This record gives sequence, structure tokens and C-alpha cells, in this order.
Amino acid sequence: MITAEQKPMNEIRDMIAPYKRILTVGCASCVAECAAGGEKETGALASALRMACKMAGDEKIIHEKTLDRQCVKDFVIQLEDVIKDYDAILSLGCGAGVQAVAEMYNEVPVIPALNTEFLGETRDQGLWVENCLGCGDCMLYFFGGVCPLARCSKQLLNGPCGGSQDGRCEVDPDVPCAWQNIIDRLSSFNALDRLEKIYPPKDWSKKRGAGPRKIIREDQKR
Amino acid sequence: MLKKVLKSGEFAVTAECGPPKGADPEAVLKKAGLLKGNVDSVNVTDNQTAIVRMSSMAACSLIRSIGMDPILQMVVRDRNRISLQSDILGASAIGIRNVVCLSGDHMRFGNQPQAVGVFDLDSIQFVKTVKDMRDESKIAGGEALTKAPDMFIGAAANPFADPLAFRVVRLGKKVAAGADFIQTQCIYNLERFEKWMGMVRDRGLDKKCYILGGVTPLKSPGMAKYMKNNVAGMDVPDELINRMQGVPKEKWKEEGIKICVETIERLKTIKGVSGVHIMAIEWEEAVGEIAEKAGLLPRPII
Repeated sequence: MITAEQKPMNEIRDMIAPYKRILTVGCASCVAECAAGGEKETGALASALRMACKMAGDEKIIHEKTLDRQCVKDFVIQLEDVIKDYDAILSLGCGAGVQAVAEMYNEVPVIPALNTEFLGETRDQGLWVENCLGCGDCMLYFFGGVCPLARCSKQLLNGPCGGSQDGRCEVDPDVPCAWQNIIDRLSSFNALDRLEKIYPPKDWSKKRGAGPRKIIREDQKR
Repeated sequence: MLKKVLKSGEFAVTAECGPPKGADPEAVLKKAGLLKGNVDSVNVTDNQTAIVRMSSMAACSLIRSIGMDPILQMVVRDRNRISLQSDILGASAIGIRNVVCLSGDHMRFGNQPQAVGVFDLDSIQFVKTVKDMRDESKIAGGEALTKAPDMFIGAAANPFADPLAFRVVRLGKKVAAGADFIQTQCIYNLERFEKWMGMVRDRGLDKKCYILGGVTPLKSPGMAKYMKNNVAGMDVPDELINRMQGVPKEKWKEEGIKICVETIERLKTIKGVSGVHIMAIEWEEAVGEIAEKAGLLPRPII
């Protein structure tokens, strides 16, 4: 999923300052899972902003609404009936959600309330970790299901570097060495030989080689 | 120069010269001058510990101007494959004949922690790229060069990082990629180094590349402790720290040099070790004394 964290309150308040009627729009997908922009967080942010504005004598109308998916046109269209009542949208979607709303409602300012972070997993209650770069050419087979591009601080395809000690990364002792994980995983199913070969330079053209990427599937078109 | 000394079978000596945090050429020439005659070639570090310094290539060029043989260190942290290959061609064109291909210290440790880490190639891929440029006269992707660069290719190895068993696999990959010589991380734990060398010999890697053992003279017990606790991949045994602590302050440097000389004496006896790489950090004047005491002078003229 895509993870995100809420921006600091003062940054959000600076961005909404010029607007009087604001619709706070949450998203019930990824950002709900990482407790940043779901229905609960959207309600909490809207009421915190109402309270802060009231105390500052700044009269604003702040409402909230949460879409099932803010990055899918079919859901964003649900704003159609209400959007005319507001002069700005405060989005708690990820970067894709913010832009999907902006794309559809060209004349309305859409303000991001979150900092979008990374593609990751929920490892534990309150713990999300980055583990995919979206490189466009998955190599997880070779590395036993641990991605060195996302999880090694130096993105080594032929690691580990000389800074791996006791399974920790030199960059931060709280960060596990991805290469230690790769070696442990591969050895657990006798596939360490996959690391004997030299992996050639990554073909980054599959990520950003031709600018922003898109996927076109004729069989999915209507 | 390094290649000739190693090929002749002599025990090689290299040292390190860190470029200044400024544009003064005299700072480079002064440091290199301290090393002249005491070593075969000089490694010039590439923005080491991710701190902005005079470029390694420029400093190499200055060192060449006083008749010394520089070793261009290049890290993949700051340059993509276009820039790395371009700099290899440029380095060869201005007469630099040695390169050491490294990952580089992470940006986090330096004075530009906001910088993006490039890491387009890793150090092994970089070695292979330089080898293909030199031996096949082609760049990554296969396009032909009008003239191949002439480079003696080096890489690093850390016998003290984890996991031990895999360190030798990785060294094997570096050698297969095309490393002609290897310079190791600073050796303080000789027992572990010998164990690693045994694994190196078991794989026959000492026959396929020249291995130079890295040494760094200790200046103080504090430095020993700092390296043990704060520098990743460094293994400083407690008995060395105790030994440094056991001498009065005015004898610290002398003791540090003594330990360093003893280490070199031991390295000379280890099968498969072809030389020593003396990294006297901001203490270049110690290199001559160490080389002298370790019986490495005069350097052969080949």
C-alpha cells in the first residue's frame, strides 16, 4: 500500500488560510490503513481545524467527507454534487488522490494534508516499513523475497557492503541490513547459489526512462 | 607504479591522501610530498565520509604533476553510469592509470545529508563496467569506444563485516567482475583477517588478484575506541585499546606506529597478501616512518 503521514498543523493552516469554505476529503484505502487519512483521521483533522480557527477568530466552514478511493475517478465523482459549496478541498489522500481530485475539478484548489511516504507494508500495530520502489522490473525471486533496491540503503544488487554488522545497516542501527535478510532467507531454502552471479546494472528506463509512467490495457477499456 | 611493483612480485606499498576542503593545490602537493619515495602509489579519496572536498580526479592530476602514481578512488554514490564512464575516460586521458571502484560512505554521515544518493551502479557493476571499457573497448550497453581507457582496476574488501562466509563470495564476485587488486578495510584483528585469508585462498582468489592489507596507525586510545564503537565494519580488539591505554599520553603515537609496524610484519608472512595500504588519516608524515620501520624502504624502482 501507499503510506503517508499528516503534515504539521501549522503548515496545513497556512495553506488553507485564504479560503473560507473548505471540504476535507479523506480516503478509505491505503491512507486509512496507515491511519493518516481515513474516515477517522479526516474527522479528527476537520474538528481540530474548526476548533483552531474558532479560537483564532477565523471564521471558516469546514466539512468532511471520505471517499472509498480518492485515486479512482468513479469514486471522486461523488464530490460532484457538493463541490460547488466550497472554495477549496483539503485532501487527505495520497499524492495520487490529491491529483485525481485536482484533475477532475480543475477550478478548485486542492490542498494536500498529508506527506506521501512510500510503498510499504503494515509490519505491526503502528509500524509501517518501506519495501517496494515500484521499479517496473521485479527482482524479488533472485533475492528471496527481500528487495535490495527498496531496503538496502545503497541499493546494492551485489551486496552486502562493508558496513553490515550484526545484521544491522551502517546508516542506522535501527535499520536491518537487507542483505543479511536476503542471505538468511535464501539459505533457509538452499538457494544461496543465486547470489554467486553478478547482477548487471539495473535497467532504470523501466522506472523513469520515458518520464511519468502509465499502464494501458486494451482488454480493460470500455 | 603499483601495477609494475605487484607484477614484479615485490611487496607493494600504497598510502592514502585525502583532498582538502578547499581549492588550494598546495594542500594536496604538501600531503603527497610527505608520501613521495615512501610508497608506490597514492590513493586519492573521493569525498570521503560524504564530505565535500576537492575532486579526486583533480587531486590525482596534481599528484601526477610531481611525478607520483595516483590511484583514483571513485564512489558510485554521487554519479550515475554516464558520469562514471565519462570520468574513467577523462582520467585515462590525463594519465591516471589506477582506479578503485567503491560504493562510498552514505550521505547521512557527511555534511550534505540532504543529497540524493545516486547508486545507479553498485561497486561490482562499476568494476565490470571499467573492465569492459578497458578490455572490450565498449561502454555499458555495448557501444564501442574510439579508444579504450588504460586502467589498473581496484576494489575494496572488508574482512570484518558480516556475514563472514559471504564476504569471500562477494570478493569472488569483485574478482570475477575484473578487479586486479583489492585493498582491505583497516586490519586490527589479525586473527579474523587470517581466517578470512584462509577462505580467500580456499577459493583461489589470491591467485586471481593482488590483495593489499589495509592498516591505519592509531593516534590515541580514544581513536581506537571511536573506531570500534562508531565506525561500521571496523573491528578493534580490546587488547589493542588496552595496549594504547597502557602507555603514557606522550607515547601514544609511538605505540600506534609500533602496532602498525607489527601488523605489517605479520601481513608480510601471510600467504596471498601482496602488499599493504597505509591509511594514516591526517597523519601522512607517519607513513615514511612506518614504511622504514617495517622494512619496506627503499621502494623498488621498476
